Amino acid sequence: MRLLIKGGYLIDPTVGENAGRDLLIEKGRVAAVLKPGEDAPEDAQVFDATGLVVAPGFIDMHVHLREPGQEYKETIETGARAAVAGGWTSVCAMPNTDPVNDNPAVTRFIIEQAERAHLANVFPIGAITKASGGAELAEMGEMKRAGIVAVSDDGRPVPSSGMMRRAMEYARGFDLVVVDHCEERSLVAGGVMHEGRMSLILGLRGMPAAAEEIDAIRDCLLAELTGARVHLAHVSTRGAIEAVRRAKHKGLDVTCEVAPHHWALTDEVVEGYDTNTKMNPPLRSREHVYAVLEGLRDGTIDAIATDHAPHHADEKALEYDHAPFGVTGLETGVALALDRLVHEGVIGLERLVELCSVNPARIFRLADRGTLKQGAIGDVTILDPDLSWTFDAAKSKSRSRNTPFDGWQFRGAVVATIVAGRIVYEHPELKQIRERNEANKREEIEAKR
Amino acid sequence: MSTNFNRKDLLGIRELSPAEITHILDTAESFRDVSRREIKKVPTLRGRTVINLFFEASTRTRTSFEIAAKRLSADAINISASSSSVTKGETLLDTARNLEAMAPDCIVIRHNCAGAPHQLARICRAGIVNAGDGSHEHPTQALLDALTIREHKGGIEGLKVAIIGDILHSRVARSNIHLLTALGASVSVAGPGTLVPKDFTELVEKGLRVERRIEDAIEGADVVMILRIQRERQTSAFFPSMREYAVHYGLHLEHLTLASQDAIVMHPGPMNRGIEISSEVADGSRSLILDQVSNGVAVRMAILYLLAGGGRAGGDVDDTTKRIGE
Repeated sequence: MRLLIKGGYLIDPTVGENAGRDLLIEKGRVAAVLKPGEDAPEDAQVFDATGLVVAPGFIDMHVHLREPGQEYKETIETGARAAVAGGWTSVCAMPNTDPVNDNPAVTRFIIEQAERAHLANVFPIGAITKASGGAELAEMGEMKRAGIVAVSDDGRPVPSSGMMRRAMEYARGFDLVVVDHCEERSLVAGGVMHEGRMSLILGLRGMPAAAEEIDAIRDCLLAELTGARVHLAHVSTRGAIEAVRRAKHKGLDVTCEVAPHHWALTDEVVEGYDTNTKMNPPLRSREHVYAVLEGLRDGTIDAIATDHAPHHADEKALEYDHAPFGVTGLETGVALALDRLVHEGVIGLERLVELCSVNPARIFRLADRGTLKQGAIGDVTILDPDLSWTFDAAKSKSRSRNTPFDGWQFRGAVVATIVAGRIVYEHPELKQIRERNEANKREEIEAKR
Repeated sequence: MSTNFNRKDLLGIRELSPAEITHILDTAESFRDVSRREIKKVPTLRGRTVINLFFEASTRTRTSFEIAAKRLSADAINISASSSSVTKGETLLDTARNLEAMAPDCIVIRHNCAGAPHQLARICRAGIVNAGDGSHEHPTQALLDALTIREHKGGIEGLKVAIIGDILHSRVARSNIHLLTALGASVSVAGPGTLVPKDFTELVEKGLRVERRIEDAIEGADVVMILRIQRERQTSAFFPSMREYAVHYGLHLEHLTLASQDAIVMHPGPMNRGIEISSEVADGSRSLILDQVSNGVAVRMAILYLLAGGGRAGGDVDDTTKRIGE
């Protein structure tokens, strides 16, 4: 099986050259990167990418697929379907399922379900502590052997600094990165939104930025103490980003990711009490959003991860205080990046590919991914950076609809997703898009680099 | 009198314009007389249905709304529901949909969660009146306080108002601050540091100060509002003891010497005598606590009238009350 992606504009920072290139994928791997006009085998299936951007497959480091245990919210199959519709060839599944992914049996189950779905690659993340209870280390070594790519107690962060130190030291032995959801729980104390002017106005209990920042600073100190690799999940505050900036400056192996809603929205949208604006970390005030944009611009932030957190409509139809935290994000993340970051001039396309593909692969040690060098796995994300479209939550591939972006208009879309040389998603209007793109768009793309 | 109020719901004070607030107060003033007559009833809302849906215990506010509805000849139904919809089975929105199916004209809701009335307003045809939602707003309380102040001070503009107590958790404080600053008063708040966040001034654009000592807030005040310490909201974790609170943050007679000469004292009730307010002050000549209660009925009549009655249809309250009076 051969696939020739022809006529596209390749953006791959690992190759260093961004130009019109044809990509030949054979037996699931990149067989050749060809200059236009170079000979390609005639029997290959051709994907016409004229006027489109071809990038190494995007990797979402942070999703909740809910299976096992909460299949009414999402399954690995529906989640993977939403992932490929959103341009993600790989997703990394957080362990807060029921049961928690804290042992190799659950890890293997997730991998088997993903193979059955046969859509996106699903890389499980194991728990740091048993049942994410914060008391005893989980079997990291056994889970690593079964296929986890990182450890995290996301959603139930390890409260004890002593425990976290031990986890980092232990994880180091398996070259596992420790992913932490930074939240000092005693400071959050029942909070449901960012603490600030809006929480005062709305009379909702606040979650101060300091709660995230104390843990972010703690984790950076522990990274220094233990020499472990530490990745901070969904950073959302000025202080947390500043902590990572300082840690990097010191030469520590600390990385971080940001979720699209944390640059696209502020806490002002909580007015109206729509529970689809409730997530953790919460939407922050403007000054923190500016800090996120600055971190994306200056390289402090390593990755974009959606924190896709599906919940059933019935659960979200409760009072703001009682509704669960979390929003879906797989199908809007890349569009939010193109629309709000690339078109606004915050970052270029090359940096976008670093954030969505190169860096996630590096941080989670996903061999032969995050690149389209010859020999790499043939995971490809194909974008039309200028396509205008409207997101309709009712048509979402996810089993849940809890998104704050229903009805949003975007400039920039995913038009195809290819996993190991197999086209797993094609934009329903690909034919029309191609016709529109006949005119050479290369100059435009060149200008955006 | 022209109609300056075309809203379906009354969810908070913050979104109201000064003209709307004044219109409600003027309407309430004309209804005040109804309660002073021998026959305390007008047919204004005959055939209309008002549901009082209370998820939190309340005697004063619920009774006040019920009396207001009845004096307007509306049919008033009281429902006391458990606030723990999550554990109880039926959700708030399902409860609302069920009530809505019985075609009420107005639903008055009190709920311990901020925003519950807003969620109802989105799915109900009936007008929604917020009778207190969590720590968010209690608009009719602020309106009745304003009516009381206007009655005694002639107006709101230029007044200096002190609000003392648990500001952080108080919906009464929020609604009052929005209303008073919108009408040109300046407000100072004070209380224990744990219950008065230093950034609380950001609640409004201007006219709000946060003081560390209650004496500084009361100094020169024309109006002193005391908030209730809500023991049921575990506010006790925010200060060491009721005794210490009473000594440092309770209002005593000597505090009033700092206020302006004809300062008035208000409390939304129910009072914890000897804690946030001493009996000498509560029962003293400056206290308007019972006037507030009387004005509560007038304000709630005005709101029900504006939402469920002639208000939206463009009827004229003066004509209605006059005709009935004759």
